Amino acid sequence: MDAVLDNLDLYFKAFGYTVALFLVSGVTSMILGTLLAAFRVGPVPVLRWATSVYVTLVRNTPLVIVFAAFSFMAPMLWGPLNFRWLSVHIGGFDFTAFFAAAVVSLSLYTSSFVCEALRSGVNAVSVGQAEAARAIGLPFSGVMSQVVLPQAFRASVPPLASVQIALIKNTSVAAVFGVAEATSQMRSITNDFSSQRTEIFIAFAIGYVVIVEVFSFFAARLESHWRVAR
Amino acid sequence: MRFIRSKGAVAAFGLALSLSTLAGCGDAGSDDEGRDVKADTDAAESLPDGSRMKEIADAGKIKVGVKFDQPGLGFKTATDDIPTGFDVEVAKILVSKLGLDPSDPSQVQWEETVSDNREPFLQNGKVDLVLASYSITDDRQKVVGQTGPYMITGQQLLVKSDADVESIDDLKGKEICSVTGSTSIDRINEQGAKGVGFDSYSECVQKVLDGTVEAMSTDGAILMGYAAENEGELKVVGDEFSEENIGVGYSKKEPEMCQWINDTLTEAFDDGSWAEAFEVTLGKSGSETPDPPELNDCPSS
Repeated sequence: MDAVLDNLDLYFKAFGYTVALFLVSGVTSMILGTLLAAFRVGPVPVLRWATSVYVTLVRNTPLVIVFAAFSFMAPMLWGPLNFRWLSVHIGGFDFTAFFAAAVVSLSLYTSSFVCEALRSGVNAVSVGQAEAARAIGLPFSGVMSQVVLPQAFRASVPPLASVQIALIKNTSVAAVFGVAEATSQMRSITNDFSSQRTEIFIAFAIGYVVIVEVFSFFAARLESHWRVAR
Repeated sequence: MRFIRSKGAVAAFGLALSLSTLAGCGDAGSDDEGRDVKADTDAAESLPDGSRMKEIADAGKIKVGVKFDQPGLGFKTATDDIPTGFDVEVAKILVSKLGLDPSDPSQVQWEETVSDNREPFLQNGKVDLVLASYSITDDRQKVVGQTGPYMITGQQLLVKSDADVESIDDLKGKEICSVTGSTSIDRINEQGAKGVGFDSYSECVQKVLDGTVEAMSTDGAILMGYAAENEGELKVVGDEFSEENIGVGYSKKEPEMCQWINDTLTEAFDDGSWAEAFEVTLGKSGSETPDPPELNDCPSS
């Protein structure tokens, strides 16, 4: 256990990067996924078609490939996609090109799952709701934002929570794409203290469990809070 | 229907044709065979009875862990049967003294060991020996046996040819690429730069070429290989800012291996086969053959 206890600062800093990756990608994927879901059930055929192609393509691509695309392929296609313009330093944390590429990959990947989870929520809202909203003269944006989506969100809290939990664990892929997050730090410490392999592994597993449990707690709270209002 | 089927046949034929062409290309590319090392049955005869070495020699089979992704040290493409590099050449010398033929895959099995699995592989017997740019450290010796070193190397920088970086001091606070979880990353951080980790050194080379990072860093020997591969675009700079003793790993359950490894290495130092192994691998990228390093003493058992 000494290996981790002596390096607690590194341990917490690494999980700091994990949480930062999760927060930024989580919020971005929720916004993007909501937009995609609205397009997918919307009245414009081109958007419906385009979003379903996007979801099919991204959801069926392994995350590592998405990461590789934004780390190695995208910069060759279009200069600004090398993300070198990003250089933010907060406290001891550096948010640079590698962090940006990781956030973009994670957000795009997760948004396709958010879209599908939300679409199942939309399907759970009875057609009468949307018809009534149209009957009082609301445009499509009004129907979605005032009537359908608020109910759809409530119905899809559990699947959305699962998608975000998967995102927390998916951040570990960034370990081999230049972000010094928890999994990357675990491998570093294991390399230095190979005699304490098991202890190090358990310590880092606990870190992930704690983050996921905290998130699950809030998701469960939200679920029960909204259940009353329904 | 008939039409579609014949089209399918043409497509299948085309695919088969292109695959065979590809395979042809792969074969033509691999002319690095390394040294031709013959099995030394005399040496195998004189191994002490009851030792692990004798056991391996009698079984006629050994599993050696090497790296597959480090040009010049341990490197193997999908089409090669036997990996190439200095680690592999030293391994060949060792196994030949067990009376085994290094070029026969049924006698010598080359397993890929990455940095993360070298100790577990030795501990549960998945490999008998590890020669995978394996630095000798006190912590590793708690769980596995290590002896040597058969090479001493240090960390340098690989930068673009037109960069005006002279040493790691010019890159304080900047990002330097290396492999996730490697000792090299720790050394970079110790020197005041920021290590960013990727899965392999070739990915780091890509990141230096596209300008995302100014430099990558690891053992000079590996960098030389990449500089030679990308001549005119990349160069190796700076003094070595670390010292790694590259040794042979064996299982702690078989302590008798240590003295045998040391004796075999000493013999290879003296008869020139060690120097020759260096010349056909790392020496090709222009580095001079160093003097053989001094071997550590084996722990008395």
